[in-house]
Amino acid sequence: MKYILKRVIFFLITLWAALTINFILPRMMPGNPAEVMIAKFQGRLNPQAISALEIAFGINTHESMLAQYWDYLGRMATGNFGISVSFYPTTVAQVLAQAVPWTLGLAGISTVIAFILGTLLGIRVSWKRNSASSSFAVPIAFFLNSMPYFWFALIVEYVFAFVFGWFPLGGAYSSSSGLSGLALVWSVLYHAILPAATIIITAMGGWMLTMRNNMISVLSDDYITFAFAQGLPEKEIEMNYAARNAILPSFTGFAMAIGFVISGVLLTEIVFSYPGVGYLLYQAVLNIDYPLMQAIFLFITVAVLVANFIADIVYVFLDPRARSGGE
Amino acid sequence: MSSLIQEQDRVVNDVNYVKLFFKNRKSAIGVIIFLSFVVIAIFAPWIAPYSPNSMAFTPLQGPSWKHWLGTTAVGQDILSQVIWGTRLSLMVGLITGGIATAISVIMGLTSGYLGGITDDILMTITNIFLVIPGLPLIIIISAFIVVKGVWTIIFVISLTGWAWGARTLRSQVLTLKNRDYVKASVVTGESSAHIIFSDIFPNMLSLVVANFFGAAVYAVLSEAGLEFLGLGDSSAISWGTILYWAQNNQALLFGLWEWAAVPGLLIALLGMSFALMNFAVDELTNPRLRKR
Repeated sequence: MKYILKRVIFFLITLWAALTINFILPRMMPGNPAEVMIAKFQGRLNPQAISALEIAFGINTHESMLAQYWDYLGRMATGNFGISVSFYPTTVAQVLAQAVPWTLGLAGISTVIAFILGTLLGIRVSWKRNSASSSFAVPIAFFLNSMPYFWFALIVEYVFAFVFGWFPLGGAYSSSSGLSGLALVWSVLYHAILPAATIIITAMGGWMLTMRNNMISVLSDDYITFAFAQGLPEKEIEMNYAARNAILPSFTGFAMAIGFVISGVLLTEIVFSYPGVGYLLYQAVLNIDYPLMQAIFLFITVAVLVANFIADIVYVFLDPRARSGGE
Repeated sequence: MSSLIQEQDRVVNDVNYVKLFFKNRKSAIGVIIFLSFVVIAIFAPWIAPYSPNSMAFTPLQGPSWKHWLGTTAVGQDILSQVIWGTRLSLMVGLITGGIATAISVIMGLTSGYLGGITDDILMTITNIFLVIPGLPLIIIISAFIVVKGVWTIIFVISLTGWAWGARTLRSQVLTLKNRDYVKASVVTGESSAHIIFSDIFPNMLSLVVANFFGAAVYAVLSEAGLEFLGLGDSSAISWGTILYWAQNNQALLFGLWEWAAVPGLLIALLGMSFALMNFAVDELTNPRLRKR
């Protein structure tokens, strides 16, 4: 219980840090970028929207920094992220709500598949360490892991969507109207295959290498030698003895890995014009839509925190040491 | 006397590691790729057939004997751009890797050695930076910074890329702190700074080196991503900006795939060379990972 309490506290502190970064960044920068943005949209927004933006970014205000900060936290707590200047007059919350399901679906499913496939491959590769396929798989994993995600996405799109024409070039579903029921589901899946495949392939390499190293460390432990001496079936030793212990560091390494995966998802969405959060962030950057950018940053951070939190809880079930409250 | 023996031990150890590093197949491949890029970067003016900025050629040509990789939308020679681009991409990788590693070392060593409340505070900061996703943070910081350029990119990536290193270095300090020779220094009344930098730091050099390579991979990939999104200085010539212009001119839809394929491949190769060297150092210092 103490462990879970610690995780909850960390969750809250990180959330606060992300909120504070969003508050401080625009106020800290020289040349006041928010003022430039407001000037750019001056004619297109109504006066109320302008003054809301000025409040959000601390322009023309006599309030103290602390009072501004307090107001800001209040607005965030009530889910008031302001108005998106590039999708005016839609609010940031509405714009974001449309993009979130796409990203959650794409990122969630491909992360889970990449983790499972990569981990299984890592187990295999370390178990048959000196086989030809292992010595082939490791350098490939290195290469896949060092590729810029967006570049791989570009190449995949070019080859499979443009040259061969097997898949659509972009988007999340067919734009032809009247699709419903199964046809719509199929269209969504069909459009998701290429982006998901690029994420899975690029993320898998990292999981494989981590698992391979963990396995190799575990395999030289005494209890593995003892298990062999007992004459247990190899499959049993591989999965129940070695892999079960080797997977623990993969869970603790989840924090960093999920960040990488999210970056990959963002860039992949941009390449495939997939209408998720990443593509939205790109549009926000192009249109210097600061309120939208900040909300997206906050959303991604919360999503990563939640994913981490789940990984931490799973870890408690896997490792009895965490349950007894040890470090 | 005992310190003399220790010194000798260390020297012998170092020599072995350096030798092993070059004998290891992973690091050998990594070093060869890396050095090739260094050579290309240094001799870029002599290797490149044309000036990378010259717009004297017919735009949007495919590969030919005159232009091996074709030309850009404004008539620049892509091969020359790729060769010159090596300089900036390599520089950002090395400098950013260096700065991020320096931050990791300072944070990890202080936090691990001092322990107590300092440790708690520094580690909470580290964990926060570890969990907040890097690329979105880099994107919003760069979007707010008005001055675009290489140094902005280096600054932003270093700021977000140190946390993992700090954590691994800290745990190494925790194990080294309890070694006898460190305890001996404490008893003889050496200052904390002396113990950290003369007793502990030299014994974790390999980990620091591995970290540097890891941070460099992160830097190279993040730089490419940022420039691809147009958040860098799009007039500078680096592999990331070449990709940016290729994408903005829809190179792939014109069938000019070399324009986008080659710079990306080079980024992947540079990243891979750092990753291989990182892994090799890891393998050498962790005897269990060595091939039996």
